[in-house]
Order: sequence, then C-alpha cells, then structure tokens
Amino acid sequence: MYVAVKGGEAAIANAHRLLADRRRGDRAVPALRLDQIVEQLALGVDRVMSEGSLYDRELAALAVVQARGDMIEAIFLVRAYRTTLPRFGYTNPVDTGAMQVERRISATYKDLPGGQVLGPTFDYTHRLLDPELAAGADVETPAQRPVEAEAMPRVSTILAHEGLIEADGEMPLDHVPGDITREPLQFPMARDIRLQALSRGDEGFLLALGYSTQRGYARNHPFVGEIRIGEVELELDVPELPFAVPLGSIRITECQMVNQFKGSAKVPPQFTRGYGLVFGQSERKAMAMALCDRALRAGELGEDVVAAAQDEEFVISHSDNVQATGFVEHLKLPHYVDFQAELDLVRRMRAEYEARENEDRPEEKREAAE
Amino acid sequence: MRGEQAREQAGRKALMATLAHAEADEIARLWNALGLPSEAELLRGPETGLVTVRGRIGGGGAPFNVGEATVTRATVRLPSGQVGHSYALGRDKNKARLAAIADALWQDPAHREAVETKLAAPLRAALDAARETKRVETAATKVDFFTMVRGED
Repeated sequence: MYVAVKGGEAAIANAHRLLADRRRGDRAVPALRLDQIVEQLALGVDRVMSEGSLYDRELAALAVVQARGDMIEAIFLVRAYRTTLPRFGYTNPVDTGAMQVERRISATYKDLPGGQVLGPTFDYTHRLLDPELAAGADVETPAQRPVEAEAMPRVSTILAHEGLIEADGEMPLDHVPGDITREPLQFPMARDIRLQALSRGDEGFLLALGYSTQRGYARNHPFVGEIRIGEVELELDVPELPFAVPLGSIRITECQMVNQFKGSAKVPPQFTRGYGLVFGQSERKAMAMALCDRALRAGELGEDVVAAAQDEEFVISHSDNVQATGFVEHLKLPHYVDFQAELDLVRRMRAEYEARENEDRPEEKREAAE
Repeated sequence: MRGEQAREQAGRKALMATLAHAEADEIARLWNALGLPSEAELLRGPETGLVTVRGRIGGGGAPFNVGEATVTRATVRLPSGQVGHSYALGRDKNKARLAAIADALWQDPAHREAVETKLAAPLRAALDAARETKRVETAATKVDFFTMVRGED
C-alpha cells in the first residue's frame, strides 16, 4: 500500500514570502541596483558567470541579489536560466594572444615581450581592512602612462622555440570538441571535455585539489608560465553571412602552468603544461584549473595515478557545485517513509541483538566463575 | 573585382563589430540625430539565445568549449529591399533591431555614407578612446626592473 501525504502549500507560500522580505531587508536601506553589483562586486559576478557557465553580467548580478549573496544558489539560478534559451552555435576559438591585456605576469621570465603588467591586483596589498572605504571616501583616478602599444605574445609561444616545453595540446584532426551540456559524462574522457568541466567547476574544490598537488599528492613542480586577464573578441560563423560575425568581447583569465617533468617511457624529459581558462577575472580559479588539468594528464604522460587530483572520475564527477549541492541538499527533503522503514529495521536488529545477549549471558557467568 | 568584394565585406564586418561593441543607449541616441529611416520589416527576432564560447588547449591547440554567453540577433528588410542582420552579446533587443537596420542601410549606396559618418564614426571614436584609456592605465602598472649593484667591484 502506498499512502500519499499532502500538505505544506500554505507554509511554503508563506516561507517564500518571508524569504522575499528578508532578502530585501530593512526598507530604510536603499535597494541594490544591478549596475551597482556589476560595477562594485565584479569578481563575485565573474565567479557566478564562470561556474554558472554563462557570460552575462546583468543576469549574474540579478542571480547574486536574488540569492542574497549565496554564490552557489546564484550559480544554480544562472544554470537553470540558460536551459531556457535556444542555441545559436559555437563561436570560433578565442585568440588569447590578441587579448586586450589588463594584467599579464610571468613567474618564469622577468624580461619578456610586453613585460610584466600588474593590472588591478590584490597582490602586494597588505590585507588591512580600510576604514576610509567604509566611510565612503572618494577614490583616486588611475595613473596613466602613454606608451607605444606593444605586442604581448603568449609565453608558451616564446618558450616553444627551444623545444624544451611541450606544444599546445593537440587532438586528432577529425576530433570534434565534446560538449558536456549535450552528452552525458563518460570516463575516461578526452582532455577537451575535462577542460570544459574544470572551467565551470567549483573554485573551492579545484583550489583544494590544486593545493593538494603542491603539498605532495601528485607532485608536479609547477611554475606560473603566464597569467593574462583581459578582453578577447568573439566571432560566430553563421549561414546568412559570408564572414564570421563579430559578437563583441568578453573578459577571460588564462593561466599557463609549466611543470618540470623528468620524462617517462613515452615522453623525453621536458616541461609539460597545465592549462586554465575561465570567464571573468579569476586567476585563483584559472591557476587551480591549470594545476588540476596537469594532474589529470597523469595517464597520458605515463605517471602513476596515486592521488585524488589525478583521478579523473573522482575530480570531474565532484567538481560541479550545482550537482553537488543538489545531492547534498536533497537530504533535507522529507524522507519520512524511508526513515520509518529504517527505524523498523533497526528496531528488529536491536531486538535480535538483545535476544542473543540474553542467551550468551549465562555462559559468561560460568566463565567468570572458573 | 574580387578585391572590391573583399573590401566591401571587410567594411560591413567592421560596422557590425562596432555596433556589437557599442552601448545600446549610445546607438539609440545617435540614431535619433541620424535622420535615417528606422522602420523596417522584422524577418527574424529580435531574439536572445546562447553561443558556446570556444577556447584552445594551451592557448593555441585543439578547440574546447569553455561556457556559454547570451547573444541577441535580429534580421530586418528595408522597404527598398536590403536585408540586414545583427548579432551582439547581451540581451538588448532594441540594440539588435537598430543594428540590423544599420546593416541594411549600409548596403544601400544612398545611405552608406550617412551610416559610416554619423553612426559608425562617432561610436568607433568613443570605443577607441575607452580602449586607449584602459591601455594607458594598464601600462602604468608595468614593472620596470632595475639591477641593484652590490659590493665594490
């Protein structure tokens, strides 16, 4: 017999009404506008775009405010929204070498074409809270340095000439890039699919795994070959036009991790590489992604798979925070019937256990007497 | 002849790029002062959808899918027959409609000059200025290394 239980409609409606009120907070405080979030909480917006896997600042800002600042909830909202839209196609691959660079650093080469450009970074700040900001102090305009425009080739293309570093990752010519939004995950997976999963993966999860590789779990001696942040142009091939149509530009962060590699049966000693590419300004995420990408290439490079960060199925299956939060949070939904069944079972097991105990006890007394 | 066609396409693409980058408000503001027809038959859209952004492994290797972006597009036909298209990141439907009309007008020899000088040129100037400001602000954060000389010799 199956007995359906209904109820809670009024409670749920009132809970959502209460949520809307608490989200808005004190009405004496002005409501946030989306442009304020886009402008002043820009890196939070970037994280929602990156892990929501949808580049649209205003939508991400709406998600942040609707979710009361809960990032994973905001990411969930964005993911749900994108399923409602039709697809126009795949853009031509972005050219990060032609990026309008806002930040570009290399930890491997001091003097490289284009130089070390710090951009708007938290690095070298003292991490002291700023009471003037709390008081709403005016902010200086940025310094300017009118210099000739200079090309900034990717460090990897500069290094490639010596032959001591592996080339950019190639796939067989007939390989069509996989798309995890179209096909279910299958293991083992090609590197292109892994990178798509990592690019939308949870920053905290990837950061922890990347950190674990540095601490000795799948140690791979990384250097930051280059990090660059800036805007790249998007173009789309469409049937109605004889040229790729320009769509505008998006801001992305790219990380080239360079790793010492002593060589294996398959590959001579050289530097190998891990790659990170994420929406928005997020170098922590791009670095973590690059560390994980490199660790996950263990099989390809003939390394022993000994640590969590090298285990493709473990990493990719658990990197998506929308899936993770869905499965963890479903535990709070009513499980009354499941629990009743388990309660019955535990009661029965307990009764059997106690019955056995009672049978055993006379023997124990006898042993103690001997 | 082929060269002329290539130049024509490059000019049209450059206009589309400018319109895609420009702010919707700026396009609308200039349009009002333009004195060009803003009526056209909508053949498609304006409609919002997604494109999947692709990158390359290692920056220059095999393509892979990074994530999606919102794009709005429109197709219009002028009373004179020209068909114009627009595509741009974001969800602004009025921008998509105006950009498609601009593309159609550009293809009409009677209107190309006006579209170039009264719409594209000021938009391009504003975009270039913003890009240049960003560039020199970024350049101010470039590190100048110098070597410390230590010891006597």
